Amino acid sequence: MTLDSALLMNSTRGPDRGTQGMAAAGTPKMRVSRLGFWYGSTLALENISIDIPVNRITALIGPSGCGKSTFLRVLNRMYETVRHTSVEGEALLDNESIFSMDVTTLRRRVGMVFQKSNPFPKSIFDNVAYGLRIAGGMDGLQLREAVESSLRRAALWDEVKDKLHEPAYALSGGQQQRLCIARALAVNPEVLLLDEPSSALDPIATAKIEDLLFTLKQSCTVVLVTHNMQQAARVGDFTGFFLLGKLIEFDRTDIIFKRPAKRETEDYITGRFG
Amino acid sequence: MKTRFILRKAINALMLGLTGLCALVTVSVLFFILGYLLWNGGRALDWNFFTKLPSPPGETGGGMANAIAGSAKLILISVLVGLPVGFMAGVYVAEFSGKTMAFFVRYTTDLLNGVPSIVIGIFVYAIAVLPVKHFSVLAGGLALSLILIPVVVRTTEEFLRSVPGPLREGALALGARHWQAVATVIVPAAARGILTGAILGAARVAGETAPLLFTSFNNRYWSPGLGEPSASLPVMIFTYAIAPYDDWHRQAWAAGLVLLGLVLAANIATRWILSKGLSAQR
Repeated sequence: MTLDSALLMNSTRGPDRGTQGMAAAGTPKMRVSRLGFWYGSTLALENISIDIPVNRITALIGPSGCGKSTFLRVLNRMYETVRHTSVEGEALLDNESIFSMDVTTLRRRVGMVFQKSNPFPKSIFDNVAYGLRIAGGMDGLQLREAVESSLRRAALWDEVKDKLHEPAYALSGGQQQRLCIARALAVNPEVLLLDEPSSALDPIATAKIEDLLFTLKQSCTVVLVTHNMQQAARVGDFTGFFLLGKLIEFDRTDIIFKRPAKRETEDYITGRFG
Repeated sequence: MKTRFILRKAINALMLGLTGLCALVTVSVLFFILGYLLWNGGRALDWNFFTKLPSPPGETGGGMANAIAGSAKLILISVLVGLPVGFMAGVYVAEFSGKTMAFFVRYTTDLLNGVPSIVIGIFVYAIAVLPVKHFSVLAGGLALSLILIPVVVRTTEEFLRSVPGPLREGALALGARHWQAVATVIVPAAARGILTGAILGAARVAGETAPLLFTSFNNRYWSPGLGEPSASLPVMIFTYAIAPYDDWHRQAWAAGLVLLGLVLAANIATRWILSKGLSAQR
């Protein structure tokens, strides 16, 4: 594959990136500086610095095991569920350190959608209402309205409005993943982390989720981990390339795919990697 | 070459036959017991067995209504005590304890599970019968609960651990605290499994005899409340089987049949509950 053919996959559905440079992206929503991360004594992330721009889709690409998922799990401190991990450096959410923040507050502000859809063994309604219920402070009517608006934002409402109280497992794989997105959106996160959200889905379900991401970025800052380069090219405003625990390059998506500055990036996106 | 081939074939046939035979023995033991019980107990089982008190020695007829009620009471007490304790301990081990503590509790639980039931009977006799100087249903239920607890601890722990990691992460990622994730997602997801463990455990203690011999003891009449000695099916089987009356022997068989029926029903119920759970998750 040549560089040009890689570019052709950058479909017309992609956003207009012409005017959005790093400087034009405004204040970063999250600022990560000199971040290091260890599983036990194994270094998984090394000296990562990245500014995640507000209301944009930041795509993170790289081969398996390069640390992109680990990086995502640092941003909402999900790594803390694993024993014997350590982290150094700083990560800020609106200029506030995520490491000194209450972890449940952080996770409400920075939501996450996982690679494999993981609906709870509850009804569709209860799945979406889950985050709101544990946060408390909503009456039944508010809860119903919030569930409906979240399902609408996840483009799932029309498909499930008549079966809200049926088990979530009855939905198809793509619907389940959108349900998980709706569930994450219900608590109104400022940042949404998606860890290969469509890797288990067929192309039609994938397209639905990608369409969804375009509308979501109006209200959310999106960070998308994908091992599918075409997906990064299609939906990412910015793209970061990870390799062996390092952030090799981070720039506007068109630059990454058209004129990458680093040899490793070019090798990877043209398929010469290996 | 040829002889080795024949030898190999012969050994294969022999071993295959042997393993098959052993499997057949295992299966046939259950069917033999079941058939024997049905044959002997079925003939003695009538409506009176469920509704009448035991008749005085020497008289035929009568039933084991008081023993059935006593067994029900004993199982109820053991579940009321054993289920919450075992469940909470299982939640602690699976979710909240450190590795060392989990190992310690699990090891101790396994040891408790291995304590001979008659020893548990003596222990409860010493702490719950001697001080008050009389046998009681309560003491019997307590003894059974000590047998039930380790069973419930282990099943609770195992089913909690089998809850998929992504479910747990999903709850945490929505801002749930650990205890909230446990209470609202993990335990509900494991509830069916835990329930089946409790039912199987209850079915097991329903047949325990030794711990009851000197705790709830026996009684030929109704046993009101919890403070009196009470009849129970296993102890009645023991008492009737060693008595010299044919009629009592027949009733002992009938009681055995009822007990076995109970255990089988519990097994079938758990399989049904588990299969319902699986289909709900598809």
